[in-house]
Formats: sequence, C-alpha cells, structure tokens
Amino acid sequence: MQRLHPPTLVFIGILALAAAIVPYLFPVSSYVVQMFMQAVTYAVAVLGMVVVLGYTGQINLAQAAFFGFGAYGVALGTVGGGLGFWISLGLGVGVATFAGFLLGATTIRLGGHYLAMITISFQQIFDLVLVNWIEVTRGPDGIAGIERPSLFGYVLEDDRAYLLFCALVLYALVFAVWWLPNTRLGRAMRSVRENQLAAEVVGVHTLRTKVVAFALSALLGAIGGGLYAAGFAYISPDNFNFARSVEFLTASLLGGVQSPFGGVIGTVLIVQMPEWLKQLPEAMRFIKDVYLAVYGIGVILIMVFLPEGIWGLIKLWRGRFAKPVVTDTSGIAPLDFDVSGKNGGVLLKLTGLAKHFGGLKAVDGIDLEVQRGTVHALIGPNGSGKTTSLNVVSGIYKPTLGSVVLDGEDVSQTQPHQRAGRGVGRTFQNIRLFATLSALENVMVGAQRDRNPIQGGNRALRARAMSALQFVGLADRAHVIVRNLPYGHQRLVEIARVLAGHPKLLLLDEPAAGLNQTEKMELVELLKRLRGHGLTVFLIDHDMGLVEKVSDRISVLNFGRKIAEGSPQEVLRNPDVIAAYLGTEGKVN
Amino acid sequence: MQILFDNLQVLFQGLALGSIYSLVALGFVLIIRATNVVNFAQGDFAMLGAYAMVMFFTGLEWPYWLAFIASLVAMAIFGVIFNYGVYYPLRHRSFLPVIISTLGASIFLQNTVLAIFGPQPRPMDKVLAADGITVGGVFLDSQYLVILAVTMAMVLFTYVFFEHTLLGKKLQATSQDKDMARLLGIPVALMISITFIYSAVLGGLAGVLVGPILFVSIGMGSIIALKAFAATIIGGFGDVTGAIVGGLLLGVIESLAAYHISVPYKDAYAFLALFIFLLIRPSGIFGEKVSEKA
Repeated sequence: MQRLHPPTLVFIGILALAAAIVPYLFPVSSYVVQMFMQAVTYAVAVLGMVVVLGYTGQINLAQAAFFGFGAYGVALGTVGGGLGFWISLGLGVGVATFAGFLLGATTIRLGGHYLAMITISFQQIFDLVLVNWIEVTRGPDGIAGIERPSLFGYVLEDDRAYLLFCALVLYALVFAVWWLPNTRLGRAMRSVRENQLAAEVVGVHTLRTKVVAFALSALLGAIGGGLYAAGFAYISPDNFNFARSVEFLTASLLGGVQSPFGGVIGTVLIVQMPEWLKQLPEAMRFIKDVYLAVYGIGVILIMVFLPEGIWGLIKLWRGRFAKPVVTDTSGIAPLDFDVSGKNGGVLLKLTGLAKHFGGLKAVDGIDLEVQRGTVHALIGPNGSGKTTSLNVVSGIYKPTLGSVVLDGEDVSQTQPHQRAGRGVGRTFQNIRLFATLSALENVMVGAQRDRNPIQGGNRALRARAMSALQFVGLADRAHVIVRNLPYGHQRLVEIARVLAGHPKLLLLDEPAAGLNQTEKMELVELLKRLRGHGLTVFLIDHDMGLVEKVSDRISVLNFGRKIAEGSPQEVLRNPDVIAAYLGTEGKVN
Repeated sequence: MQILFDNLQVLFQGLALGSIYSLVALGFVLIIRATNVVNFAQGDFAMLGAYAMVMFFTGLEWPYWLAFIASLVAMAIFGVIFNYGVYYPLRHRSFLPVIISTLGASIFLQNTVLAIFGPQPRPMDKVLAADGITVGGVFLDSQYLVILAVTMAMVLFTYVFFEHTLLGKKLQATSQDKDMARLLGIPVALMISITFIYSAVLGGLAGVLVGPILFVSIGMGSIIALKAFAATIIGGFGDVTGAIVGGLLLGVIESLAAYHISVPYKDAYAFLALFIFLLIRPSGIFGEKVSEKA
C-alpha cells in the first residue's frame, strides 16, 4: 500500500475544507449546494464499496438498499416516530448493518458470482417491499418533511451549514477508510482479495473477514442514506433501486475502488456529469439524451483501460516522482522459534488417514509420525497422494477416515485458519502470495495469526515480519510489491510469511519446484538452518538430491499408501521404492 | 373441482413461464461453461430479440416468419459483437471485471433501445392466430403451448448438438480446458464466439416468445435474467440439465405463490426460493460440491 506523506495529507485536508466552505464565501445557487449535498452523501455510500469491493474483493450490488435502510430509518423515525434525527439514524444504521451481517453470514461463503446474484436479489426484494408495503413505507409516494439534525442546539436548517456538516462526516469516514488497510482487519481483507485460500491457510478467518467487510459496507451505506434523507427532506423508493446500486458501483470503479480518495473523486464525477452534459453546445446535445447509454459504455471502457480508476492514474503519476523506498535493515531482532514441546517426541501423528474423491482413493489409510525437531520428507511418484496428504494436514480437505493429531490434540475437523492458529504453517507448490501487497505486508499477515506469541500491535507485527524477512535474506526488499520480485525470492517470502507466525510444524509443498541450481543450494542451506533452530519440517519434493540432503526421515507413498519409511539411505535403496519410481524389470502387469 | 382446475391452470402458466427462464438460463450456462463468467446482460439478449421482432414485424411490416428469422439472425450477429466488445478484451482478467463489464453492457443496451424506441411498452402478436384450446376445464393458451414446444425442441437440439456433433464436442473441450483445446488445434476464440452466438440466439428466441405475454419493454430482460440466473443456481451452477429443471421449477413456484399468497410480491418468490436453496443446498439440485485445489 502506497502511503501518503503527512504534508500531502495536510494539503488534501486544506483543499477539502476549502471546498466545503466555498458556499459561504461565494454566492452559490441552492441548486448547486443541493448537488454537492448529493455528491457528499453518495460518496459516503461509495466508501462502503471501497471497503467491500476494493479492499476485500467481494462484489456488492445492493449498496442502494443499505443506503435505503439509513434513509428510511431517518425518514420514518423523524416523520412518523418523532424520534429525532440521531436516534433515527442510529436505528437505520443498526438495521442496515444487521441486514448486511445477516446477508453476508448466510451467503458470503459462496462468493463470486453467487454473491453478485444474491445481492441483486436482495436489492430487488428491498425495492419491492418499499413500493408495496404501503402501511409502513408509504409506498411509491415516498415520505416528505424529514427533519435535519441539530448540533449543539443549532438545527442545521441552512443548506450550506448542512453541507458543511455532511462534508465533515465524509472526511472523517474517508480518513477511517484510508487508515483501515494498515490495520489487522484491513490486511486480512486485502489478503482475502488477493488469494483467499492462502489467506485462510496462513491463519486469516476468511469467512469472518468477509462478513465484517460486508457489514461495514452496509454501515457506511446507511450513514450516507441517513444524511441524504435529512438533506433533501423527501425520499421515495426510486432513490434506492438497482440503478442506484449500479451508480455507486460505477462511481467507485471510475474513481478507483481501492482508495477512499478514488471513491470520492468518482462520486463527484458521476453526480456532476449530467450537469456538464447540459452545458454542451447545441450540436452535441444528443449526448445528454443517451447519457445513460454512454454511461454503460463508460463502465466497459473503465474496466478495459482503467482497471484502477482515476486514482490509479494519479498514483502512477505520483510514482514517477517518488523516491524508491529505502528499507532500514538495522536493528532487526533475530528470528526466534517456537520449539517448546510438552507432549513428548511426536509432533504430528496421522492415524489411518484416508481421503477419497468419489471412487478415487487419493490417500488410502496412512499411518505416519513426525518427530519433533526433525525434517521429515514425504516422497512418491506423481499421483501417489502427497499433496492430498498435505492438504488434509493443513485442513484444506477434511479426512474421509482417520485422524490428524497435532501435539496431542486432534485437529482433524478444524478449519485451515484454526490449524494455523495452532501452529501449522504451510507453503504452496505454485506460490500463493498476496500479489499486490508488499513483501513486508505479506509476512505481516502471517504474523497476525491467532495466538501468535508476540506482544503488541502493528509495531510488533512489523518487527516480527522484518525478523522473518531478515532470516530468509530479504529484509532489504521488504517494501517491494511481491509480484515484482523474482520467482526465487517469492518462494522465500512465502516461507518468511509462515515463519513469522511461529509455526510448530512447517509444511513445505515442493519448495524446490521451479528453482535453479543456485537457488536450490540456498534452499538447502535455509532448511538446514531451520533444523538447526529445532523447527519441525514436513516436506514434499521430487528432488531426491534435496530430500536426501535435508531429511532425517523419509516416508514413501504409492497409490495412496505408505510403502516404505526410514532414513534416507535405507529408503532410497529399498527395492519397493525403486520399483515404484522406475517400474520393475521383466514384470508384466 | 374448480380449485383443482384453477391450480392446473396456474401450473400450466408456471411451466410456460418457467420455459422462458429455462431458455435464458441455458444461455447463461453455456457462457459460464465456455468462459467462466456470468453474463449479466443475458436478459437484455431477450429484450433485444423482442425489439428486433418489433422492428421487423411491426415497423417494417415483414411477414411474421421472415421477421422471426431476421430477428434471430440479428441476434447471432449481435452475439459476435458482444463477444468482441465486452468479453474478449477482458478475457485474461479475473471474473470480477468481466461481470462488471457485462453490467455496463446491460446499461448501455437498455438505454440505447430506450433512446430509439421510447419508454412505451409494445404489444406483440402471438405466433399462432388461434387463441388456445380448453382441455378438461383448463384453458391452454396457444402462445404458452408454443413456448413449451419450442423450449423442448431447443433443449433437445442443444443436447444433440453438444453430445453428438464434432462442433459440439469441440465446444465442450473448449469449456473444459482452453489450453489443451488450443494444443489440439481447436480454434478457441472461434469456439467462444460460437458460444456467444448460440447464447444470444437462445436469449433472443426467449424474448420473441415471451413478448406477446409480458409486452415488449426495456426492463423485460432484467427480471427474466435474474430469475434465469436464480434458476441456474437452484439447478446447480453451470449444469445444463439443472438450468432447465431450475427454470421450470421457478416458474411453477412463482405462479403458484402468486396465485395463493399475493400478486404484488410475485417477483420476490423466486428470490426467496433462491435464498432457501442457498441455505439448504448451495450446490443446487444437480450440482457437485467443488472446492479449490491447492
């Protein structure tokens, strides 16, 4: 995440404040003030899109419904209920957040296309209820006479004063949303966006993170809606339909959905655009008639040519002047390891472990013990069930039969993030990093797993991550976005990400895959250092040279069963093992 | 006895309406299988087909059968344009930009048609001049019968096409593994174009058929598409049989619920059914549970 320097922030703050007090300094028509009121309240809702879509990568096509919850909360509370603005707003926001939570909790595990569909459905039902449940919502006629809030005994009747108030709320929320990515929650959100499986395995409670993102988005939507209702004093169902949801989506995409500043820019443009089109010369007036069609084309063009929106362009432009970040590598504490043991010599015990996919018995009853403080390799020909075994140990698959016992505790039925919380760390054969995060941020996500024995907040996480990067020799590359790192370095970042979480058991899925000879030598050195620190490693690889050099013990799988086990010398001379790899001479099956 | 007839009547209408959902859902599923993305402009294919019919039949006063064929040909051409304008530039990106791009296309199409034809819904002639027949106290509207017949024919055709022709097999290969298909010399880009053509024609057909019942309007496609997509989830995401069964089921649920409970919330029942399915059986009727491989 590229941060803004404090001077830039102050500059933006002054600019924003100046914009909000313009109506006091110059004569501005009430029409213009109202338009800005629209832009500001919409922008609050668009911030919700930034959180859920931009940070977390989950689509929400019901933002107008959440906007509507806030608006109807304020409208019904102040007009019918006589509750006053603040209580009504609180109720509306509360209901919206709860609805967002409920919607997320029930359906978000499906993700992707489903979520798009579900949120559209929710939006449509909301719309139907607004129009048809006339006793409560007053139907298509809408509600008029909505009250404005009072601050310090001063009712914000003047549009300019109310606009200033809304703008201040917006700035506070922009700041909060801007702050979010560098918190635990924000990093978890971004890791989910970049690679959900990796996030889960590293210890992020992905489901909870997504639900929280969704609820936050609903909350922001409702605040925007509440402000909108009080600003315009009148609302009707057509302010909160699907078209409005698409407008919020477009605004966020146009401005740049990954930044709150982008969201605000996009909203202002979307709200102002029809006005600018009115100013066009006579010959071009037809554009105004097909405005919405142009808008549709615009969405496609943004997706094709401007995937990060206008803010992405600004970032790119700023990046040309930015000095490269120099990482301070002094004073990094050496990495410590959690090799404490209380349950004897066996750290991982697999008993009768089986995983079947329909009729295919990928893993077919394996018994295996990994001794504490050893490097244990699992080898076997392709399709012998190695990766499946590793997936069962790390929790991506639940075993069909048998159990996985870690340090005396049966973890067979736990989720991957829960296993990470108990000290199981793993890497992937096809590296799974959070591509657009920096190396440091990637490793910090690993450090923030549940029950990681480090004290303190962000600062401690950061220190821990730097130690882990130092250990793999990449401390000086901490601020590089990982997708720009060479392949070999990406592997090391992935290992550092695991190490930052104080794993008791390190699972490595073909760590040598794709590495050149030099890099393999370095990997061997790294593994030997890890063993020297007493860390327990369970690894899969095809490279016999590597396995022989680093392993204390080797187990061999073939067709989902264990066919041999022992020291490297014993195993690699075992005739069954040789037969499994090379076939047997003169024997016809 | 009258209650039974009424219910049968409602059931019949539900099946006919469900057939429309099935046709559009089939178009959805074919594109999902070929490209792994949901086309949120699928419903607008139906809308466009119906307006093409309005233009050729009502506007240019061509004979019904000629206008019908011309509409489907127009949709086929549109399928190619849609592929190259909306999907193709984003084919290497994740599904999210593509979904959003199809949403943009949907907005564009609806508003372009609005600018040309105006907001007034247009009536549309039925395929057959006859009103319908009464069988045992149940009135069978001729248009509904046509819809059922055409849907059945299209389902059969789709099955034979995909399972028993070389082109169909190539399309299947493309949808299962693009890289491998390419290595085997299958022109993948062309296959995807063909999928879009087929899907656009199916959508257009649904629009032409449902026009006489719902009137031809700008928004007719959106609501059909949402229900068709709900049908694909209920049937099993990406499953062809599931799409058809899901569509019919939704049509029936919706018609019965509207008849017995309340008409204004007619459109909500399909979504409620969807929510319930997602809670109880998220993989759908025919779907298999899929999990990401590490």
